[in-house]
Amino acid sequence: MRLTDAERAMLDGREGAAKQKAMDLLMRYGEALGAERLVETQNVAGAFNASTPSVRALVAKGYDAVYSELNLDSREVVPIPKMAVNTCQLITGIDNENWRTQGIADELADQQKKAEGHFGALGINMFATCTPYQVGNVPVRGEHCAWMESSAVVYCNSVLGARTNTEGKESTGAAALTGRIPYWGFHIPENRRGTHLVNVDVEVDDIMDWGLLGYWLGEIVQEDIPVLTGKIRQPSLIKLKHFGAAAASSGGVEMYHIPGVTPEANSVDEAFGGRKRQDTLRFGAAERKLAYDTLNCATDRNVDFVMLGCPHNAIEQVWLIASMLEGRKISPNTQLWVHTPRALREVAERNGYVKMIRDAGGMVMSDTCPAISRHVPKGTRVIATDSAKQAHYLPAIVGLPVWFGSVKDCVEAAISGRWNGGLQ
Amino acid sequence: MSVTEVESTTKIILRGRKVVGGCAEGEALVTRDTISGWGGINEREGTVIERRHELRGVSFKDKVLVFPGAKGSSGWSAYFHMTRLNNVAPRAMIFNKMTTKVALGAVVTHAPAMTELDQDPLKVIETGDWVKVDADNGVVEVTKKKR
Repeated sequence: MRLTDAERAMLDGREGAAKQKAMDLLMRYGEALGAERLVETQNVAGAFNASTPSVRALVAKGYDAVYSELNLDSREVVPIPKMAVNTCQLITGIDNENWRTQGIADELADQQKKAEGHFGALGINMFATCTPYQVGNVPVRGEHCAWMESSAVVYCNSVLGARTNTEGKESTGAAALTGRIPYWGFHIPENRRGTHLVNVDVEVDDIMDWGLLGYWLGEIVQEDIPVLTGKIRQPSLIKLKHFGAAAASSGGVEMYHIPGVTPEANSVDEAFGGRKRQDTLRFGAAERKLAYDTLNCATDRNVDFVMLGCPHNAIEQVWLIASMLEGRKISPNTQLWVHTPRALREVAERNGYVKMIRDAGGMVMSDTCPAISRHVPKGTRVIATDSAKQAHYLPAIVGLPVWFGSVKDCVEAAISGRWNGGLQ
Repeated sequence: MSVTEVESTTKIILRGRKVVGGCAEGEALVTRDTISGWGGINEREGTVIERRHELRGVSFKDKVLVFPGAKGSSGWSAYFHMTRLNNVAPRAMIFNKMTTKVALGAVVTHAPAMTELDQDPLKVIETGDWVKVDADNGVVEVTKKKR
């Protein structure tokens, strides 16, 4: 790879051992990719916490050891300085207030808080959400970023028009210290153009249908770049948040275009930019049903855990759930967790939504989700969720069957303890 | 027929590009399904856990993992990184589709890794074949399992 003088200085160790290790990793990673150079970034979203049981041994050696191994792939422990660029923490495994509800040991919650205290003081902003774009990190069009979290990456590229690959824990750790990331993939304008035209033949408007479209599409196009046309109503943040997360779970979609909606495509032609089109895909009633049936792997209609808010709910989603629950009580056999970023929870608290949900017997959770924490309420046998992403991952991660449906289906399941959802 | 003649009829040589240097050999574990890291593998046991994956429940520890590529969460590298720390990592990796997930994952697994082979490894290599991955020299040597 070609390096600038400043990058060479870091690699040679003239800027300290941590930046040297960071550059060493970026070189190995860039060469693995076949990248020719690095690009400057001022916006990093990564995973820096140390709260899982498996990192306990590293934590005992100190936070420099944690960062060196897990964020820089360095066996040698190097002193970690302050972050060089704007850096934030994505979702974590533990709700800093409700860890006991999650069933997490006090010791691990304490471990996370101490790690946050250490890394926070180095300049890592503890957003603790999978949706940094909801709480103050909103990159502008063309901005080079180094983000983890597949649902945030696809949002960043497609909806915001900023540029990031799906980075990992080690590459974001190195980017935060150097302000560099390999210039490869979605950083290069030609690679951002569409590959497949998708004709949407059934109307896609409500949030569940955006999830079904994304889940079906991801499995087919994998990492390719779909261009959506047809019966699509004007989407909003919450719909595209769900759509992208679904497409990045069944496949690896990191970018899509909706001509007239997303910023890099005013027209279908502009979305493709002259790139050779692959097969045109069609999303009709049969494809919609296939996605729905694939996501619903449960058979027992008795539901004992309802999970809402993956990716983390926007404030209007919390309000919708609170409104549906007003004056009602959830089943004594069912637990309901509603997930939203901590910064938005503050607003939900202020508005009384947290109390409305609590009065009905539910909980508002932040900082985490069941898939990341690998924790569901003790004794759970059947889960219901409005998230295609959680429905995809939870059977593998916690080994339990899942019902997938609309927010309303899920709230009704929480109240009755029975799944009565279905495809309309 | 001498031993060398038998070997010459059963060995296949593939050439490709180094992703991570080094040389290692082992039994092949081949899948046509892309692999998820976070949410797709158990990093303590080195097994695939994804619900509809053809390798569900199968261990890749000490195997030469031959697969189309990576999908899913950005936790791909962190989870393969953990398989190395837990001594359940694959011995080498061969894959077709380059992505940031699989590139970084291979780098932090510290196992020899190759891509862009001159023939499709998913067609040439079968589970149980003995495979030597000499990434430094860009060579994969496949000894077919006696069937």
